[in-house]
Amino acid sequence: MLSELDFSIIPASIPFLWAGFLFSLKITVTAMVGGIILGTLLAMARLSGGPWLAAAATAYINTMRSIPLLMVIMGFFIIIPTLIGHPIGSENSALITFTVFQAAYYGEIMRAGIQSVSTGQVNASFALGMTYWQAMGHIILPQAVRNMLPLLLTQTIVLFQDTSLVYAIGAKDLFRVATNIANTEHAPVEMYLFVALIYFVICFSLSLLVKRMQKRIAIVR
Amino acid sequence: MSYHWDWSFLFQNIMGGDETYLDTLVSAVGWTVAVSLTAWIIALVIGSIVGIMRTLPNRYIAALGNAYVEIFRNIPILVQLFVWMFVVPELMPHDLKMWMKQDMPAKEFITGALGLGWFTAARIAEQLRAGIQSLSGGQRNAGLAMGFTLAQTYRYVLLPMAYRIVLPPLTSEFMNVIKNSAVTYAVGVIELFYQFNQINEETSRSLEILVIVGGLYAILAYAANRLMTTIEKRTRVPGFIASK
Repeated sequence: MLSELDFSIIPASIPFLWAGFLFSLKITVTAMVGGIILGTLLAMARLSGGPWLAAAATAYINTMRSIPLLMVIMGFFIIIPTLIGHPIGSENSALITFTVFQAAYYGEIMRAGIQSVSTGQVNASFALGMTYWQAMGHIILPQAVRNMLPLLLTQTIVLFQDTSLVYAIGAKDLFRVATNIANTEHAPVEMYLFVALIYFVICFSLSLLVKRMQKRIAIVR
Repeated sequence: MSYHWDWSFLFQNIMGGDETYLDTLVSAVGWTVAVSLTAWIIALVIGSIVGIMRTLPNRYIAALGNAYVEIFRNIPILVQLFVWMFVVPELMPHDLKMWMKQDMPAKEFITGALGLGWFTAARIAEQLRAGIQSLSGGQRNAGLAMGFTLAQTYRYVLLPMAYRIVLPPLTSEFMNVIKNSAVTYAVGVIELFYQFNQINEETSRSLEILVIVGGLYAILAYAANRLMTTIEKRTRVPGFIASK
């Protein structure tokens, strides 16, 4: 029962958990930045890339979205060394996988964002003599990102939770470190409750932030 | 690329037994479907109850529903499964704890399905709440004014419309359950992802098995999509946008 638990294991393991947390954060930030950039390119390819490019981007997005993330993580962990001929380690593999996987999800959000900008603005920028890239960079994308900010952030919360799945390839993120300590110190109850609490506090605070942001953006429009 | 594709391992007998890897894959698909469907039913029941709670006039019941959703949405599914597996039994009274740890039949399956079900329930509750609240307030008031009790108003007025409204998001949620079921390998359910790792280790035909299992997941997700779309078409109400 609860009285038998020994939570003194927690302070002792903080340095290790912190290192794991930093890696979870590193995946999240890398995949967010890389995913939004790649995703925007995918969205542009789907919307204005010509039939072949659009079909390729659509196929890529649909494939990524129909396979479980665990499979994708494991798949890249197997494929990359086969392709380049030498192992790259589970940490690098995780960073690459999350970036290209999240690109599919951010891509769909950015596509909705680009479509949320009225066609009049697109025509106006072309009428002013802007090139495609100028119109995108100066007129359309800034508004698309702004309109989609709550969704992009919500996706990032999902991404942060999903980083726990690198457990499967043994990369040392927050959760993997916690399971290691739980096993070696025989303190599963204390460790798992504690990491659950950490994830909850972070994700819940971020979701409150998104809610506030939604209200502010609603006024601007 | 000079990779030499070889699919013959599928028909090899495993460790001298009668079973082939193809048989293993068939049974793995069965477990993936079983754990997903069980979790889906649990999620629909709990998600409906919690979703309705969140729209009730009683503030405390609504707050309880909100708390459920926030807790189960903001903790990763993998962590939740470990909590179900390793923490929940420890918090039980002594006899029950011993039974759960030692004698409980199909422990892995029950833990996996329960964990996935409660996790998904939070998402369904969120969809259903939004669905109920998207109905105009007049409908609820009209039901009550007609002399329906609150329960009858939900049963005959609000829910029949709300469920139809949330069917499209439920479709993608159903596909998510199938994809998320891969995570139950971590608590020992012998489903597709578990067997994928197993076969990959035993045969080293990595790319072949990757293509097969990835394809199987895609087919399952597509089947789920077709099933839900059929239900959507069967239940639509004429005169609404969704029924075009």
